[in-house]
Amino acid sequence: MNNNYNFAFLDEGSKREIRRCTLKAVAIPGYQVPFGSRELPIGRGWGTGGIQLTLSLIGPNDVLKVIDQGSDESVNAVNIKKFVGLCTDVETTNNTTEATLIQTRHRIPEIPLKDGQILVFQVPIPEPLRIVEAREEVTKKMHAEKDYAPLWLQLYESLVKYQKVTIASEYPCMVEDRYMTNPSPIPKFDNPKLHNAECLYLFGAGREKKIYAIPPHTKVVSLAFDDVPFERESFAGKTCRLCKSNNTYLDEMFDAQTGEKVYQCSDTSYCKEVAAHA
Amino acid sequence: MAYVAVSGGKEAIEESIRLLDFYQCSNDRDVEVEAIESKLSLLVDRVMSEAGLYSKPYAALALKQCEGSIEEAVFLLRAYRSTLTRNYYTTEVNSNDMRIIRRISAAFKDIEGGQILGATYDYTHRLIDFDRDSKRAAKLYATMQNSLAEQNPEEVSFCPRVSDELKREGLIDRYDNYDDSTSTHNRSDQESQTDRPPHDVTTTMLEFPAQRSARLQTLSRADTGFISGLAYSALRGFGQVHPTVGELRSGYVELCVVSPLDENESLCVGEILITEVECFNTSDDKDQLKIAVGYGAVFGRNENKAISMAVIDRELDNGGEYPTQDEEFVLTHGDSLEMNGFVSHLKLPHYVTFQSKLDSVRKTRAADATGGDTHE
Repeated sequence: MNNNYNFAFLDEGSKREIRRCTLKAVAIPGYQVPFGSRELPIGRGWGTGGIQLTLSLIGPNDVLKVIDQGSDESVNAVNIKKFVGLCTDVETTNNTTEATLIQTRHRIPEIPLKDGQILVFQVPIPEPLRIVEAREEVTKKMHAEKDYAPLWLQLYESLVKYQKVTIASEYPCMVEDRYMTNPSPIPKFDNPKLHNAECLYLFGAGREKKIYAIPPHTKVVSLAFDDVPFERESFAGKTCRLCKSNNTYLDEMFDAQTGEKVYQCSDTSYCKEVAAHA
Repeated sequence: MAYVAVSGGKEAIEESIRLLDFYQCSNDRDVEVEAIESKLSLLVDRVMSEAGLYSKPYAALALKQCEGSIEEAVFLLRAYRSTLTRNYYTTEVNSNDMRIIRRISAAFKDIEGGQILGATYDYTHRLIDFDRDSKRAAKLYATMQNSLAEQNPEEVSFCPRVSDELKREGLIDRYDNYDDSTSTHNRSDQESQTDRPPHDVTTTMLEFPAQRSARLQTLSRADTGFISGLAYSALRGFGQVHPTVGELRSGYVELCVVSPLDENESLCVGEILITEVECFNTSDDKDQLKIAVGYGAVFGRNENKAISMAVIDRELDNGGEYPTQDEEFVLTHGDSLEMNGFVSHLKLPHYVTFQSKLDSVRKTRAADATGGDTHE
């Protein structure tokens, strides 16, 4: 631990202020709470919103897990773990069930999270309406008036043009029948995990200076028409080459030697565990 | 399997950081932090200004640590700034009391207090000096010390503002202490002026429409290149201003805090070097014309940034269709840390989201080719 810096890097006043905004976010599920985002030694746009949440929440008894694209060993995950370790000395783990605090970029772990666990998302663009409206001043009003028509229109247009909903990741969802919310760039595959969960989901956008939350047992519905149901990415007929799972989100890769297309679980710790018990 | 890029991150990072040292080891000479601070002072000024942290030694240290990259140095200072407890807020600085080192007006030939050219590269010939020898610093230092020893200190006299006279004449609108108007079009409306303390964008998120204090703070911390380019676009044709520099002044201003022992007393805690600009523009005032002022103030000697800030301040007041007149566009995209952070994040892996995009693309193509081969 580097003793030149405060526990969890930020000064106590800043951490308290971030926690205050987090409480407000939990009280109004899906609503984006503006906060005085602090600069960190990690690139702004590289997960600083999530890290600020983690730093403001972490205590000496927490067990931290950090994943990027589902992987514990990806350079960004390693880098964030190294930074939090440097200023807290807390225990880290790859094991999803052991962790009290999990910071993630782009995935929700395959193992369902439990009561007492917090999943912190790194969010690049918190505003689900940004794709239809560039101005913050306007999108704020749209939320206030619950005016989500342009988003529905976009969905409709994509159906007319391509016969398919073409929104890939960052698929918008309605939280507790009130706020349209961006679940961060998780794949659609993970959207259903947000609904009626046991754990607390917190979302931090550092550069955009917003915090929002999906508390446990919250209703989360992915945007869809009654007659065109919400559809996830499909991996039908494909299995993980390592653990043989056929119900997980898969990374597609090419075998450099054979030129063949192969698949492997994006959640690496889950994959290892399944493979070990096989 | 050859594809292992997602794992082994820890080792790769450590080796990468070690390799950074390699780029600083081409010879055994070092640059002293003190030398950076005094010999590259305009660079130091720029970094302090974009970081929003006034510390020459730390700015110099940061520059040394990152091979002189401006955005990296700004990054280091900003991150350090986050760890500091804010113990005091300084009281309002009145730049009328500036200890001036340079002051010019492009509006009037003769100004009260005089034009003071000071140090400027404006009138140098930009010819590379191939003969600049390595002992120059020592000689210069000796000459300067001798010259200073022969001089007697003079009383500092403060200069009134060029705009004061125009204000007395009623040609320029006056604003009270804290202009807190949210609408940019009714700034002359005295009722919209309140005495609330300025909005601090480092503790409270910038919201739109922005208070003028938030606008000025954001512009003052903005990336120099970004706001210079924007100001240039407004001057060239994508805007309405072609202002006259009413006054440009650089100098030292004192910073004071309220004494913790006695509320009515303030303690001077130091001074900072700033550059301040007032730009004059003609503007509509119902059925006549008036002079509208754009204001710029930045840390250190960075005159083009201060002028650009003044140009943009004025453009934002005008409002309109051009990029420089769009408050949200200008104020959200000029922060060095934010722009460079987000642009650089594109280098992070996006395997999951790209897989999702691929899935969407493939699905639309599968639907197109009904009955045909779908190569899933």
